Amino acid sequence: MSVDSDGAAGGDVLYAAAKKIYPAAVHGRLRTIKWAVLFITLGLYYFLPFVRWDRGPNAPDQAVLIDLAGRRAYFFFIEIWPQEVYYLTGLLVVAALMLFLMNAVAGRVWCGYLCPQTVWTDLFMQVERWIEGDRRERILLDKQPWYGEKIARKTMKHVAWLMIAWWTGGAWVLYFADAPTLVHDLITHQAPLAVYIWIGILTFTTYALAGHMREQVCLYMCPWPRIQAALTDEWALNVTYRGDRGEPRMSVKTAEKARAAGAPAGDCIDCIACVHACPTGVDIRDGIQLGCIQCGLCIDACDTMMTKVGREPGLIGYDTDMNIARRAAGKPPIYRIVRARTVLYAGLIAVVGAVMTYTLATRAFQDVNVLHDRNPIAVQLSEGGIRNGYTVRILNKRTEERSFTLGVDGLPDGAVIDAVGVDQTFRDVPLVTVGPDTTRELRVHVSTQSAEGLDDSTPVVFRIVDISSGEAAIARDFFKLPQK
Amino acid sequence: MAHHEVDHVSGVTTTGHEWDGIKELNNPLPRWWLWLFYICIIWSFGYFLVYPSWPTLTGYTKGFFGYSQREAALNDVAVGASTRLAAASGLKDATLEQIQGDPKLLEFAMANGKAAFGDNCAPCHGSGATGSKGYPNLQDDDWLWGGSLDAIHQTLLVGVRSTHPDTRVNDMPAFGKDALLEPAQIKNVAGYVLSLSGGAVEGADVAAGQTVFAEQCAACHGEDAKGLQDLGGPNLTDAIWLYGGDEKSVVETITNARRGVMPTWEGRLDPVTIKSLAVYVHALGGGS
Repeated sequence: MSVDSDGAAGGDVLYAAAKKIYPAAVHGRLRTIKWAVLFITLGLYYFLPFVRWDRGPNAPDQAVLIDLAGRRAYFFFIEIWPQEVYYLTGLLVVAALMLFLMNAVAGRVWCGYLCPQTVWTDLFMQVERWIEGDRRERILLDKQPWYGEKIARKTMKHVAWLMIAWWTGGAWVLYFADAPTLVHDLITHQAPLAVYIWIGILTFTTYALAGHMREQVCLYMCPWPRIQAALTDEWALNVTYRGDRGEPRMSVKTAEKARAAGAPAGDCIDCIACVHACPTGVDIRDGIQLGCIQCGLCIDACDTMMTKVGREPGLIGYDTDMNIARRAAGKPPIYRIVRARTVLYAGLIAVVGAVMTYTLATRAFQDVNVLHDRNPIAVQLSEGGIRNGYTVRILNKRTEERSFTLGVDGLPDGAVIDAVGVDQTFRDVPLVTVGPDTTRELRVHVSTQSAEGLDDSTPVVFRIVDISSGEAAIARDFFKLPQK
Repeated sequence: MAHHEVDHVSGVTTTGHEWDGIKELNNPLPRWWLWLFYICIIWSFGYFLVYPSWPTLTGYTKGFFGYSQREAALNDVAVGASTRLAAASGLKDATLEQIQGDPKLLEFAMANGKAAFGDNCAPCHGSGATGSKGYPNLQDDDWLWGGSLDAIHQTLLVGVRSTHPDTRVNDMPAFGKDALLEPAQIKNVAGYVLSLSGGAVEGADVAAGQTVFAEQCAACHGEDAKGLQDLGGPNLTDAIWLYGGDEKSVVETITNARRGVMPTWEGRLDPVTIKSLAVYVHALGGGS
């Protein structure tokens, strides 16, 4: 089987070389929005690690920090412990629903405006434009032989790309350690090896994906374009070529002649500015398609041309296929953003968000986990009493040391609880000090005076109470009798 | 490959393959994908060179990296041992009470003691330290030689009826076998002893048994039969019986005596491990 590289899609080849795309510069409303999104998102990404947030002593003062070694994640006023990782699940659920909602309202908003692949590619393309010029200059430059100016410009471009990529990787690692300290360690070459490796990995992926892979990522690597096709519907706004108005396409002069002769003439002047502006190299006039990330740059490109030739802008715009059909049939277009699908998605987002906010606002700053001994389940004591052993872990989520009483309810009078290594008591139960933002595991014994009045398995409740604030937490378990 | 049927919906040619009327579109794969495939194949040859891979008649190729899973594992063990050494040195200098009072030392001693217990003690005392007939339950609060930290530590060091010169040792006479008591007397004593914990032996003269007890047994088990831990004399009034608390077992014990043995661990285990074991056993719950 031969591997042929010159065949276009649909030829008799199994493998096709990627065609290099030279997107042209675009100016317009959507381009401005995209620049704004780029500045905000990249600004957040690069500078957020340096934002400080005072949490008092015994806690880091970095606003956003994932402390893998310490097993804590910090987000401004929120501190997440490993066992609270379900908040991440909640965030992912909300994120998925947001994608669905975006799709139902206005198509691939994520792909076109927000996806990191799009944003970084946009940045890299702009750097390319500054150094090598716009579409025409770049095509000409690529055709030149390799010497002098071409070498200089290409070198400059790749160095610039690599510097951005390196900064991207550098910012990434700052989210996992105290940023100013790590920057200092990096400058003085004292940072751990893993940091340099991660910066290297992120530098490589950024440089490769945003500089070289670009639309190939969207076309061949990303699953989302396939999924979103199933989430859109006839009501969703998509970047659409209004064929009802544009066809038959012909140049301005031909259109004048056609109109003079009474023949139909569309508004599309077939200048292919939309195709040249497209970062994935598709022709929007072929309709909605996998390759279209719906960035809206063709809208700006077309509007610019329409204004130049004195025609109404909006030949390409956010519209639906249904409205094209309606207009062609002489009916007015209809738009409906509030419909079952969008209401459902928005409702689900609200519900999940409310549940998460509620649990976050009402979560306790202490907890107790109890594990009953498995072997032995119970111990016969010499004076006739019964003792059960437990492993108790007390969690203190505040950043100061706290003292908890550890009591047990559900047993007859005379039951005694004691914890190995804890000497202090408060009202006959152990008084356990737990350090700031940490846990303490204890071996705990609960003994009764006798087996009288006890079932084979008696439900008990362990209760910790912060003696200064009164905050409490409980854990349920059982008190067992020895097996006969 | 001279196939040019075009699917009229997508405008793409088909591969010519057909299954029950379903045809496959030929959307060409990107070429770089193919390159990645070739690069992966070439990459795999690198493994042959840098890692142990090919068997030879007498061994195998070692590879440029000289990597060995066994050596890597041994290295990890050595690293672990040296890490533990730092914590172990803390245990070495601390008293048993200091270990119990320091959460960090206690955590390490408990983990260390648990592992050592499983390796050395569990065969007789059971993995849960609950013992069995003849092997004391270490979870309960009944101790033959004392349940304080120091007493447990001492028992671990010297053992019971062991080869250690300072071993804990006592000798209960075999009252029946050596004809020190008549069978009837033995039955009476058994009746008396069991009556102390609420039991009874049919046909036993408890008063006569009490007399025999005062003469023969009280020296080691105490006047009140609550045991003497200095001598290792068990408490006979409680609910716990090492060799069984039924009439037959008690009569058997008086007739033939019992002599359980525990080895000395001094010299067999390092001092830190023995300390850890003492703290661990004490923390099981019976420690006094």
